[in-house]
This record gives sequence, C-alpha cells and structure tokens, in this order.
Amino acid sequence: MRRPSARKRWSWRSQAFRGLLWQVVAVLLVGFAVWFLAHNTLENMRARGIQSGFDFLKGPAGFDIGESLIPYDALDPYWKAFLVGILNTLRVAIIGIGVATLFGTLLGIGRFSANAIVRGLCYAYTETFRNVPILLQLLFWYLVFTEVLPPVAEPVSVGPFLLSKAGFSFPWWVEGRWSVPAPGAFSMEGGASATPEFMAVLMGLVFYTSAFIGEIVRAGIAAVPKGQVEAASALGLPRGLQVRKVILPQALRVIIPPLTSQYLNITKNSSLAVAIGYPDVVSIANTSLNNTGRAVECISIIMLVYLVTSLSTALFMNWYNKRVAIQER
Amino acid sequence: MAEPIILFEKVNKWFDGFHVLKDIDLQVAAGERIVICGPSGSGKSTLIRCVNRLEEHQEGRLVVDGVELGDDVKAIEQVRRNVGMVFQQFNLFPHMTVLENLTLAPVYVARKPKAEAEANAMKQLERVRIAEQAHKYPLQLSGGQQQRVAIARALCLTPHIMLFDEPTSALDPEMINEVLEVMIELAGQGMTMVCVTHEMGFAKAVADRVIFMDAGQIVEQAPPEEFFSNPKSDRTKDFLSKILGH
Ligand SMILES: Nc1ncnc2c1ncn2[C@@H]1O[C@H](COP(=O)(O)OP(=O)(O)OP(=O)(O)O)[C@@H](O)[C@H]1O
Ligand SMILES: [Mg+2]
Repeated sequence: MRRPSARKRWSWRSQAFRGLLWQVVAVLLVGFAVWFLAHNTLENMRARGIQSGFDFLKGPAGFDIGESLIPYDALDPYWKAFLVGILNTLRVAIIGIGVATLFGTLLGIGRFSANAIVRGLCYAYTETFRNVPILLQLLFWYLVFTEVLPPVAEPVSVGPFLLSKAGFSFPWWVEGRWSVPAPGAFSMEGGASATPEFMAVLMGLVFYTSAFIGEIVRAGIAAVPKGQVEAASALGLPRGLQVRKVILPQALRVIIPPLTSQYLNITKNSSLAVAIGYPDVVSIANTSLNNTGRAVECISIIMLVYLVTSLSTALFMNWYNKRVAIQER
Repeated sequence: MAEPIILFEKVNKWFDGFHVLKDIDLQVAAGERIVICGPSGSGKSTLIRCVNRLEEHQEGRLVVDGVELGDDVKAIEQVRRNVGMVFQQFNLFPHMTVLENLTLAPVYVARKPKAEAEANAMKQLERVRIAEQAHKYPLQLSGGQQQRVAIARALCLTPHIMLFDEPTSALDPEMINEVLEVMIELAGQGMTMVCVTHEMGFAKAVADRVIFMDAGQIVEQAPPEEFFSNPKSDRTKDFLSKILGH
C-alpha cells in the first residue's frame, strides 16, 4: 500500500508550521523592542533639545592622544581620533592573541612534561592567573611599570631589550638598519618602545588569557587517544615530533572552539585599558562623549567596532576549524 | 641457537605493586615466528610492549636487536626504528592520509628524501594490496583495510622484528582473513614475528613456536603441532578447550 506523495498539507499541528510561527513571533518581538527603544530615545532627546547625528565626526577633536599608529594631532577630526583608538585596540588585541596563544600552548604542553617541577609550575601558573580578576592584573602591571621599574637612565636590560619607566624598548629596523635602544635624557633613544600603558594592558591580557588557553590546550591534548602516542612512539618518533606531528594537530579539533571564545575575550577585555589610560577605542569614545555629549552615537560606534571584530574573529576561526576537521567517510 | 634477536632474562615487571610479568625467560631467533596466547589479563600485551619499550621492565635483562633496553633514550629510539608494531585498534593517524601515515617516520626519523619515502610507501601498500587507497584518510577505510595500512606503515622502516598485538581482534569476521593473509605472506618472507593472537589457524600455519602465558608467567612453549595435540599443563589444556571450543 503506497500513499500518493501528497503536497505538504497545512495543519496547526505540523512541525514546519509551528517552527515558522515561532520564528515570525520572535522576529516581531525583537523588531518591536528595537523600534520602541529607538523611538523613545529620539523623542526624549528631541524634547530636551539634545543634538544627535554623526556629523560631529567631521569636526576637530581638540584633544591629544598618548600614542598612535598613524600621524594624529588635536586639530584632526573626531573620526581620525576614533580610527587611532580602533587601531590601538586592534594592536593590543592582535599582539595579545599571538603571545597568549604561544604561552598558553607551552603551558598546556608543560602539564604533560616528564619533569614534575615543570608540571607543577605550569599548574601553579594556570591556577594563579586565571583566578585573579583581570582588572587587578592590569593595575598590577601598570604599577610595576610606573613605580617598580627603574627610571629611563638606568633600565633593566636583557641583551638589547630594556625595561624601565619608559616602557619596553627593543631593537627595530629603522632607516635600513637595526637600531638598538639606549637610555637618553628623558626617553629611550633608538630602537622602538612600547609605552608602559600598552605594556600593562598587553601583559594583563596575556598573563590572564594564557592561563585559560593553557587549560584549553591541556584538555585538547588529553582528548587525543593514548594509542596515537603509542603508535608514534613505536615508530621511533622523538617526543617533540610526536607533539608537533601527531598530538597537536588532533588536539586542535578540541581546542579551536573554546579558543575562539578566548580570542573574543581578549578583544573585549582590552576595553579595560580605559582604567589605566591606554587610548583604546573605548577610552577615545569616552573622551569624545564627554566633549560632545553624543552618547548614543559614541556608544554605537563602540558596539559596532566590537561587533565587527568579534564577528570576523568568529568567522575566521570557524573557517579554520573546518579546515582542520578530520575527514571521515 | 645463534645470537637471539630478542632476549628476555629473568624479566620482572610490576604495575604499582601488581606483579604483571614474573621471571620471564625467552629467546627469539632471527627469522623465528612466535605466537603468544593466554587468557585475558595474563600479561601478553605487556610482554610484547616491553620489547619496544612502550612499557618498561623493572628487573632483569632485555636485549633487542643487539641493544640492551634501559634508560638510554637514544637506544630506545634505535630499537623502535628496528621494531615495527601493529596494534589491535590500528592507531593510524586520522588527520593524515594513508600515504602521509606511511612516510611520517621515514621522512622525520630516518631522514629519507620525501620522494624516496613515498616510492617505498607505495611499494609497501602494494605489498598489503591497498595501493589504490593511498590518498584516502584512515577513517574512510574499512577496519581490515586500516589494519593492512597499519602493517604497511610499520614495514616502511624496514624493521628487523614485527610485533602484533591481537591484530584481528577488533575486526568484523569477514575482514579477519584479508589481514591474516598479509601476515602469512610476511611470515613467508622471513620476517621475525612475535604475535599475540587467538587465531589458532594462523598459529598452526606459520608459527615456529607457540607460547602460552598465564598470570604473568610463560607456562608452556612448543611447536604448534605439539602444543595443540599434546599440551602438558592443565592450564594450557583448560585454555585450549575454551578457545578451540565445546
Ligand atoms: N597501565 C597499566 N596500569 C596498571 N595495570 C595494568 C596496566 N596495563 C595493564 N595492566 C594490568 O596488567 C595485567 C596484564 O595486562 P595485559 O594487557 O598485558 O594483559 P593481556 O594478556 O594482553 O590481556 P588481553 O587479552 O585482555 O589483552 C592486567 O591485569 C591489566 O589489568
Ligand atoms: Mg592485550
């Protein structure tokens, strides 16, 4: 007995219909909420005579910014000030992601070391740094740079790398040759320097996040079946090659999804920079807000910046996750 | 007997106080084919895993291919290059193609040029009759195919000894024979083989000697005809009646 393949019948009880109904209801609710908020805000602002609109971005900012990747001065327009802030956020977040990934990976691998001291240190590090609030860590590193480290004239040096109240100075490629930093009268001369504010944010982010990444990497490695290591050992692969060629590539499958959220956290946590005066996008938006009173606009810009960076991070990581996925039938 | 290629002398091993290998004395000559059987938990896997130091023994002397196994990491790596191992669960690297599985050790451990390693890998894949699958990933193959790839992978380092730990136990019945055929062929080519298996047909066909283990000891060893027709100890008789059946 074969039923004729009838067209889909509409019924209150069909799964497809109910799914569609709930989606329509959800969209309507969200749409209404957004409309309500926007409408109310605009009405209130109009009632109180508050100016609105993004036209202020073209006017001169009128404030200086402590550090910038692009030429900037107080006469430049607001949009340029925001650009400086966005670049500063991206700079600390991207370098932070790179360094935290490296440290975290080493920490995670260290948890499986044959050496009990290495294992213990990695464990102690992880438990310490992930349990102290990141804001506290940021302030701690800022204190180290502004109070504990020696003045510019007598820096702590490790080879050509210098640490002082002027921040972290390192050799850099300047005008076709390596330039090595040396103490000058008021600041480091030659090479390149990262400001104490940048260093404090970076180190806060790196120490905090690498503890989490270490734990993620540890769990990823633990998820690789024991037989894989045995097979690699039986082939005579030394430990380092086993990790690089067999363990890590398989651990990546487990590591990447939670790693993605740590990357998003680094980007979002970089906004704590405002606490120590590193001019990230939040800090610039704050100043602009105070100067212009365009609260809705400034907050929208911050939200848009974080939305775009978070979405691009997530998209990139999803793409990478697909790439390392193991092929099955 | 000439210089044995594997020599156990009064080898003892404990797992946290549990005495798993007791005074093992065993000599395997080059080219000899050994089958080890015995009840579950008797220490068969542990014994052959000591040969390539996946497990370490605590007492006694163990010499493999002229190298005494101890703490020396370089010595262990040398032994492992000369001893191939095939596992019950195949343990192929799932993130690498079949060909990459086979060339990993030759390229990174034996430092062969990639082209040479690949040419040799293809030869080994033909030997186990699976060359057409070279560019697939392990999980795209059947269990029997995966196990044959695992054998080819071990052969790529031209080992002097092959260890097998229940190579057919994880396979569906219809795939057991394709793996056993490859192993029988290998035996015919003069490879030294130590094989933990309950495939008594295989033991009768290729083994020079069958070893019966129970509770961490070698209870009995004899050529297969004698082992099966005239077992000496009661434990062996009991075991054989259980697996040969009914
Ligand atoms: N890593 C380990 N730690 C503690 N005990 C272990 C370990 N590996 C094996 N054992 C124990 O040692 C004994 C011998 O194990 P082994 O795997 O060698 O037995 P087997 O003869 O290969 O058994 P099977 O036929 O089930 O594979 C068992 O009782 C087992 O529980
Ligand atoms: Mg076993």
